[in-house]
Amino acid sequence: MSMEDQKPILEVNELNTTFHRNGRALPAVRDVSFSVARGEVLGLVGESGSGKSVTLRSIIGLARRYGDVTGQVRWKGSDLVAMPDRVLRHKQGREIAMIFQEPMTSLNPLLTVGLQLEESLRAHTDLQRKARHDRAVEMLDLVGIPSAAQRLKDYPHQFSGGMRQRVMIAIALAANPKLLLADEPTTALDVTIQAQILDLILRLAQDMDMGVVLVTHDLGVVAQTCDNLAVMYAGRIVEQGPVRDVLRAPGHPYTVGLMRSVPENLPPRTPLSSVPGVPPSLDALPTGCVFAPRCSSCIEPCLQDRPALTLITDRRQVACFNPVTNAKGNVA
Amino acid sequence: MSDAVFTPSQPSRIRLALRKPGFVVGILIIGFSVMLALFPGIFAPYDPNAIDYLAVRQPPSWTHPFGTDLLGRDSLSRVIWAYQVNMQMAVLATVFALVIGVVVGALVGYYRGIADLIFGRVVDAVITFPFLVLVIAVVAVLGPGLINMYIAITLVGWVYYARLMRAEVIAQMGNDYAAAGIVMGYSDRRIIFRHLLPNAITPVIVYWMTDMALAILLGSSLGYLGLGAQPPQSEWGVLIAEGRNFISTAWWLSLMPGIAIVLTGLGFSLLGDGLADLLRPRG
Amino acid sequence: MTAVMQIRDLHLRFPTGRSLADFVTGRPGREVKALNGVDLDLKRGETLGVVGESGCGKSTLARCIVRLHTPSEGSIEFEGQDIFGKASRDDRSYYRRVQMMFQDPYSSLNPRMTTGQILTEALKVHNMRPEADIPARVAELLDLVRLPQDAQGKLPHEFSGGQRQRIAIARALAVEPEVLIADELVSALDVSVQAQVVNLLLELQQELGLTILFVAHDLRLVRHVSNRVAVIYLGRIVEIGDSETLFSAPSHPYSQALLSAAPSLNPDNRGAVTRLEGELPSPLNMPKGCPFHIRCRHANDVCRKDVPALQPFEGRGEVACHHVKEINAYA
Repeated sequence: MSMEDQKPILEVNELNTTFHRNGRALPAVRDVSFSVARGEVLGLVGESGSGKSVTLRSIIGLARRYGDVTGQVRWKGSDLVAMPDRVLRHKQGREIAMIFQEPMTSLNPLLTVGLQLEESLRAHTDLQRKARHDRAVEMLDLVGIPSAAQRLKDYPHQFSGGMRQRVMIAIALAANPKLLLADEPTTALDVTIQAQILDLILRLAQDMDMGVVLVTHDLGVVAQTCDNLAVMYAGRIVEQGPVRDVLRAPGHPYTVGLMRSVPENLPPRTPLSSVPGVPPSLDALPTGCVFAPRCSSCIEPCLQDRPALTLITDRRQVACFNPVTNAKGNVA
Repeated sequence: MSDAVFTPSQPSRIRLALRKPGFVVGILIIGFSVMLALFPGIFAPYDPNAIDYLAVRQPPSWTHPFGTDLLGRDSLSRVIWAYQVNMQMAVLATVFALVIGVVVGALVGYYRGIADLIFGRVVDAVITFPFLVLVIAVVAVLGPGLINMYIAITLVGWVYYARLMRAEVIAQMGNDYAAAGIVMGYSDRRIIFRHLLPNAITPVIVYWMTDMALAILLGSSLGYLGLGAQPPQSEWGVLIAEGRNFISTAWWLSLMPGIAIVLTGLGFSLLGDGLADLLRPRG
Repeated sequence: MTAVMQIRDLHLRFPTGRSLADFVTGRPGREVKALNGVDLDLKRGETLGVVGESGCGKSTLARCIVRLHTPSEGSIEFEGQDIFGKASRDDRSYYRRVQMMFQDPYSSLNPRMTTGQILTEALKVHNMRPEADIPARVAELLDLVRLPQDAQGKLPHEFSGGQRQRIAIARALAVEPEVLIADELVSALDVSVQAQVVNLLLELQQELGLTILFVAHDLRLVRHVSNRVAVIYLGRIVEIGDSETLFSAPSHPYSQALLSAAPSLNPDNRGAVTRLEGELPSPLNMPKGCPFHIRCRHANDVCRKDVPALQPFEGRGEVACHHVKEINAYA
């Protein structure tokens, strides 16, 4: 699939999200910019605290309840950040859908799956009763739930974890959204089930011509599913570009460290190269580059200034004063 | 937002708890009540039992802020001296129930098995009856008086503590530190009392606070019914009972000890809420 | 290498929802079959990886070894001594030789005890050192797991997940055990921190000559740390063998599927995988015959009827599959 010359449907510009705790400002997301085209899958990778989930929640308007969101999220000619709640709610679920990590807790345990699907359809479409029912069956079928018509009457607890995530996807996609925000959708699942769900998301993205932002901590998942990749650290994007390019020759030392932490194509029982230390606390970020204290290629300017994302090849951006050249990750 | 790293360096817990006005008010009320209970002689303007037939049933005035009773005794002094009995009641009627309940609850919650089944039936049997009815039944057997009242309340009350403790210990057993204790080869006693108990006791302590308020109410009720403290002892329930026939002519006789009961109860509740925040483990 | 731990035909059934009426009528309640005949030898000095999906019984197995569960059938022998035998069942000195580390770094440490107290307690209870030498030993243990000395006075909530796991490792090592059971030790940690803890574990093993049972769902990790690997499916070992051999050429169809489902870092490997259909059946109603036949594309009538035994296969280790020969002939 080629995404060149494709006009992006979602453009995030200089997104900043700040939370307040005990009178202190916590910069959870800083200067995040990216775009997603129709049919494109963008991977947002990072460790806990990197701001990847908050970014997702800032896009769809969930983060503004807890903190200040500034910047721009361009969607179909309007700006979601500036949009009043009432108007935004109209977009949520109908044009932009979101699925979460925990398929257990994202479904209401007291309502049948069919009711929850129809509820979503009633809120987001103009379909009549009969049509809603047909569409519900169609959706369950589409996400690969066997004997869909009967299972509409079942409750969430009658489904396994993987099946529940399929139900969540069916509910999210019922209204034919053009953008899917997926927050670690497979983290709670086993690998064989994860593979099935990722396949499903990819297939649906293509069939429905839908953009996807996939938040994950697993670089392997990104390598196997995404077209583009943005690596986040301490609230900032430190590197982004096409998946192949980034994983073949990562430019930011953090990306390199992240890749090398994965024991793949390494002699067994040898030390893994790890990133020393832990990510900084959000209320005590270093003055210069946020990664400098853990960075092995840290140089003088890194301690004073924050590097901005700059193009290093035609499509690849890295926020680093001393980017790694011809680093090999573990990719053979 | 599970994903954001928040700072571990927060202001100290006590300081955070003291920012809550309710907690501060609770501390002040209970602190002052304890002072009154310990040193009634310092605060009471008169001897609570000094009879003065020349000043019977006087309404509140500057010389007698709470008025006087039917024997001319100073009501304020009697309410203050009653703090001694009523605060003692709050502690003595609950503390044995607390200790027994915590130990039994922890043991039953840890070992489960047949003991737990038996305990379950005991709980069912006890909570079927209203608390007051059971206590009155026990007092009826033992005879009226403060000591018997404490025994009665303890005999019934420990079940409530044990039930709470058991549930909390079972919940804590779900944490791996309990399993880690077993795997470290620690004795059951160590695991129960050193590891599980400190983590499980918070809700019990909070319940204890409200229970002390309830104990004062219960003790006063029994005093009022003539089953608890006996006249001429100053005790709020007794005082209210003494004033009950004069409620329309000498309202202060029942009202003032009533206010003392409400205020102390409020103090314990506020204290309990504050402690709940203070004792909750972090992380 | 000799076996320190011998697990023979281990079964564990958890009763679920047996009602009072069932008790009266003597009807057996429904059972979750967590382990269905596990045979396993843990050899001195090795790292034995145990992999499988959630609910396969791998953690249950680990917990049986430290007697947190009592098996319904079968035996576990430690140096020839049945650990559930009458004489040894209550022997706490067993835990001086066999230790366990848990998955969740947020619940495996008592939130009200400082690091110093946690380590001191372990040393004192087992009389590891004379009273006077205990502080020095605590300091030594912190060094051993690369934690700063000021960690002693801090409570668990003041540490990150990775640091908490280091404390848990230090606690386990305090009693100087020979065998360590690591149950998903790093799966709750971030990737970069995972690497630090795995490195530490490997170093400590070298330094102290530990035997490790490494239970995890992450195949890449298990492959990296283990000498031998056992793949578990629905409470049974379906394949066991040398780690490198098993991972480079898995023989059981489940091992093959599990391996190919693990997302590779190489974006060029896309699509070249055999996807496994269906999901894990509920351990409440186990399929008859081979536990894997429902999801297996090679299954035939034999598989639906008979449980395959674990048997040596062409010097690659042992495999429990009726069709292992055919499958690997054209694989």
